[in-house]
Amino acid sequence: MPLLQISGLTQHFGGLCALSDFSITFEGRELMGLIGPNGAGKTTVFNLVSGFYTPSAGEIIFKGERINGLRPHAITLRGIARTFQNIRLWHDMTVLENIQLAQHGTLGYGLWDAFARTGRYRRREAAITAWSWEVLEALNLREVAHERPRNLPYGVQRRVEIARALSTRPSLLLLDEPAAGLSSADVRHLIELIRWIHTEFPITIWMIEHQMDVVMNLCSWIKVIDFGVTIAEGTPKQIQSHPDVIKAYLGDEVLAC
Amino acid sequence: MSRATAPLLTILGLTTVILLAQWEVIDSYVQTVLMFIGVNIILSTSLNIVNGAMGEFACGHAGFMAVGAYVSSILNIMLFTNDKNFGWELLPPEMTIVLFPITLLIGGIAAAIAGLLVAIPSFKTRDDYLAIITIAANYIIISTLINIESIGGPRGFMGMKKIVFAMQDTLNIPWMILWVGVFTTLTVAAIRRLMSSTLGKAIIAIKQDEVAAEIMSINTNRMKLVAFMFSSGLAGIAGGLFAHILGYINPNSFGILKSTECLVMVYLGGMGSLSGAVLSAFIFTLLLEALRFLIPAIDTVLHWVHLLPAGYELSQVWKWVLIPLLLILLMQFRPEGIMGNRELSDVFPRLKRYFSFS
Amino acid sequence: MFDSFLQNIFNALQWGSFYSLIALGYTLVYGVLRLINFAHGDIFMVGAYIAFFVATTFLGYALSPTAALALTVPLTMLLTAAVGVTIERVAYRPLRRKGANRLYVVITALMCGLILENGNLALLGASRKSFPQLLDKTVYTLGPVSLTNQKLAVIACTILVFVFLQFVVTKTKIGMAMRAISYDKFAVPLMGIPLDTIILFTFVLGSSFAGLAGLLFALSYPVLDPYMGALVGWKAFISAVVGGIGDIRGAFVGGFLLGFVEILVVAFFPSTYRELIAFTILLLILYRKPTGIFGIAGTTKI
Repeated sequence: MPLLQISGLTQHFGGLCALSDFSITFEGRELMGLIGPNGAGKTTVFNLVSGFYTPSAGEIIFKGERINGLRPHAITLRGIARTFQNIRLWHDMTVLENIQLAQHGTLGYGLWDAFARTGRYRRREAAITAWSWEVLEALNLREVAHERPRNLPYGVQRRVEIARALSTRPSLLLLDEPAAGLSSADVRHLIELIRWIHTEFPITIWMIEHQMDVVMNLCSWIKVIDFGVTIAEGTPKQIQSHPDVIKAYLGDEVLAC
Repeated sequence: MSRATAPLLTILGLTTVILLAQWEVIDSYVQTVLMFIGVNIILSTSLNIVNGAMGEFACGHAGFMAVGAYVSSILNIMLFTNDKNFGWELLPPEMTIVLFPITLLIGGIAAAIAGLLVAIPSFKTRDDYLAIITIAANYIIISTLINIESIGGPRGFMGMKKIVFAMQDTLNIPWMILWVGVFTTLTVAAIRRLMSSTLGKAIIAIKQDEVAAEIMSINTNRMKLVAFMFSSGLAGIAGGLFAHILGYINPNSFGILKSTECLVMVYLGGMGSLSGAVLSAFIFTLLLEALRFLIPAIDTVLHWVHLLPAGYELSQVWKWVLIPLLLILLMQFRPEGIMGNRELSDVFPRLKRYFSFS
Repeated sequence: MFDSFLQNIFNALQWGSFYSLIALGYTLVYGVLRLINFAHGDIFMVGAYIAFFVATTFLGYALSPTAALALTVPLTMLLTAAVGVTIERVAYRPLRRKGANRLYVVITALMCGLILENGNLALLGASRKSFPQLLDKTVYTLGPVSLTNQKLAVIACTILVFVFLQFVVTKTKIGMAMRAISYDKFAVPLMGIPLDTIILFTFVLGSSFAGLAGLLFALSYPVLDPYMGALVGWKAFISAVVGGIGDIRGAFVGGFLLGFVEILVVAFFPSTYRELIAFTILLLILYRKPTGIFGIAGTTKI
C-alpha cells in the first residue's frame, strides 16, 4: 500500500484555479522535491495535504485512509507534519515549550488531571518532557532549550521548527522552502540536516524549495508545477535540462535566442 | 520556609478574616468589601483566560455572571424557601450549608453552557467580530432575563438573604465570607494549574499563532471551547456569590457596565498575568469604594472654592466617567498593564521558593 | 389588516432610515481604518443633545420654528462632526501613530462611548430633556393610511444622503481615495492625498450624518436621554454588519432590513422582544456569514 496517494487534486479560489488535476504517489522513504515559479501553487498543494483547505476536487489517500476534509490537527495525528515558509514558531514560549506543545494531540490526560495533578498527569507530563529533550538532543538544540525563538538566529529557528515537526513522530514530513532566508553556510548545514533526518528516521520527506542547489543536492525525484499544472517530473538531471521547466522559469525569450 | 508556605498563608489569612468577622472586629461594610474583592478576583482571573491568555477581546463577561447568579439563586429559593412562585420548600433549610456550594457549581455549569453562545462562533470568527458576538451575547442574556416574568423580569429577583440566614441559623459563622474565600482560592489555583500544564498552554499557543497551533496537533476548536466555557463558568460562580452577598439581583446590573469593570481589571493587571489579575481586582475594588467617599469630598472642596455652581452636585455617576477614562489612559500610556504578561514570581524570583507549580 | 400593514411599512421605513444614517458612520470608518468605532452610537446621542441646545437657543431669540430648524440642521451637523473629529484626534490618532495593537484602539473606542454617555448623565442629570416642536406636525391621509410630514422628512433625508454619498465615493477624488485606502494603506498617500486628511474627512462625514440622525430622531421622538444612543447605536451597527460593514449600500440595505424585521417582530411578539431578536439576528449572521450581504470574504494567507 502506498504511503500517500494524491489523485486529481484541484483547488479553486472563487474563479481562480490555483491547482488543477495534481497527482502524485509516495511509496515511502522517498526524498521528493516540488518546484515551480512564484505563485505556481506549490504551497497550495501543502495546504491541501495538511488540511488547511478542503480540495474542490480530487482525493488524498494517506496510509489507505481518505484524509481530505479532515482538520489539520487530525491530519497531523495521522502522521503528516509540516513547516512553514515564514517560520511559525510560538515566539513567546521557550524552545522546549514549543516542542512540548506539539505533543498536545497525544496528551493522554484531561482537564481534571490537570486540575487535580493526578498520577496520570505527572506521568504523561514527564514522558512528554523526556521525549522533548530527546528530540532537542538529537537536533543539537539542547543549549537553546530555554531561549525564546525570537532571540535566536534565523538558521536555528528553522532547526527548531523542523524539530517541532519531527517531534510529532510523522511518517511524512512536508518542508515548505526550508532554505528561504538562510545564509549560504546555513544552507549547507540544512542540507546535511535534512539528509541526516532522512537516513536516521523512517520518514518520507517532501519539500518545496526555490534554491536549485538544495533540491538538486537532496531530492531523488522532482515534480515541477506552473500555474497549478504539472509541467514536468523526473530525476534532478532530467529536470535541469527539461525545456518546459526552463521556459517556465526564464520565460519564452530564452528559448527564442 | 517551605513550598507549602503560600497555601498555608492563604488558609491562615482566610481563617483570620472569618474569625475577625465572627467576633465583629470588622463591621459588615468591610466584610462586604472583602467579599467583593473575592468576587472580582474570580471575575478578573477568569476573563483573563480568554482576553489575556487567548488574546481575544470578550466584552460580555457580565452576561455569564448573570446566568450563574440567576440559576443558583433560583435553585436555592426553590429548594429551601417557601416562595409564592416556586412553592413550598423541598428540602430542610439546614441542608443549605451542604448544598450551597453545589447549587453554586450548578450555576457555574449553566453559565459555562451559556458560554457556548460565544464559544461556537469563535471557531470561525476572531477579533472585532468576536468582540461584537460577546456583546450581543451579553444583551441576549439580559433581554431574555428581562422577558421572563416569573423571575421578576426587569424588576429583579430577591430573597437570597433568606438562604444566607438559613445557613447562619444552622451554624452561626460568617458563611458568605467562607464561601467567597474558598471559591476564590479554588479558582486561582485551578487557573494556575491549567495554565502551567501543557494542556492549558495550548490556549496561549492559539494567541501566538493559531495556524501553527492547529498544524501542531492542537485541536484549536476544542481548546477554544475549553477556554470560553471555563471562563464563563467561573464568571457564573462569581455571579452566584455576588447574588447571595447582595441578596437581590436585577438583569440590568449585569449589563455592559459590569462587563467593562471586568475588562478594566484584566487590562489593568496585565494581559495574561494571573497575579496581575488578582492584584488589579484588589486595587480596582478598593478604588471603587474609595470613590464612593472621594466624590462627595471633592464636591465639597470644589463648592468651597466656588469652582462649581451652587445648584450642581458631583454625583456618583462620575465614577462611570472616571473608570473608562482610566482604561483609555492605560491604553495610551501603559497598555501592558501593571504586570505585563509576567507573574509576580518573575518579578521577585525568590517567591518561587514559597509555592510550587506541581 | 392591509391598512395597518401599509402603516407599518412607513414605520419600518422611518426606523430603517435612522439605522441607515447611523450605520453608514460605522461603515465609513471601518472602510478606511478597519476600526469599529464603538463610540459612534453615542455620537448620535450627542447629536440629538446638540440639536436640543441649538434649537432651544434659537427659539430663545424668538426665531420662528421654521427658521430655527433651518439653522439647527447645518449647525448640529457641524458641531457633531467636531465631536467626532475630536475623539479621533485625542483618542485614536495617538494610538495609531504609536502603531498600537488594534485591540487597544477598539477598547479605547468602547470607553469613549461610555464616557460620552455617563459624562452626559453626570453633567445634565437624569431628568429627560424634551425636544421643542420645530416642525409642525401635518398629517396626510391617503385613504386608510395616515402619514406625517416628519416621517416623510426622515425618509427623504436618508435617500438624499445615500445619493450624496454614492456621488462622493464614486465621483470625487477624496471619495475614491477613501475606497482605495482599505485595499492599500500605504499606496494612497503616495497618490497625493495625506492619510490624515482622508481619515478626518471620513469622521466628518460619519459624525455629521449621525448628528443629522440625532436631530431627525429628536423631531420624531422628542424625549432625550443619555442612554438613547447605546441601543439605537448597537442596532445601527447590526445593520452595518448585516449589509456588510465597509460598504455604503450595505449600510442602507441593512438599516432598512432591520427596520422591517423589527416592525414585524413587534407585530407578533411583545415589544420587549425587539432587542432580543435584533441581537439574535446579529449573532446568527456573524456566525453564518460574518462578511454580510455585500462584504467579500477575506482569506488568510498561510
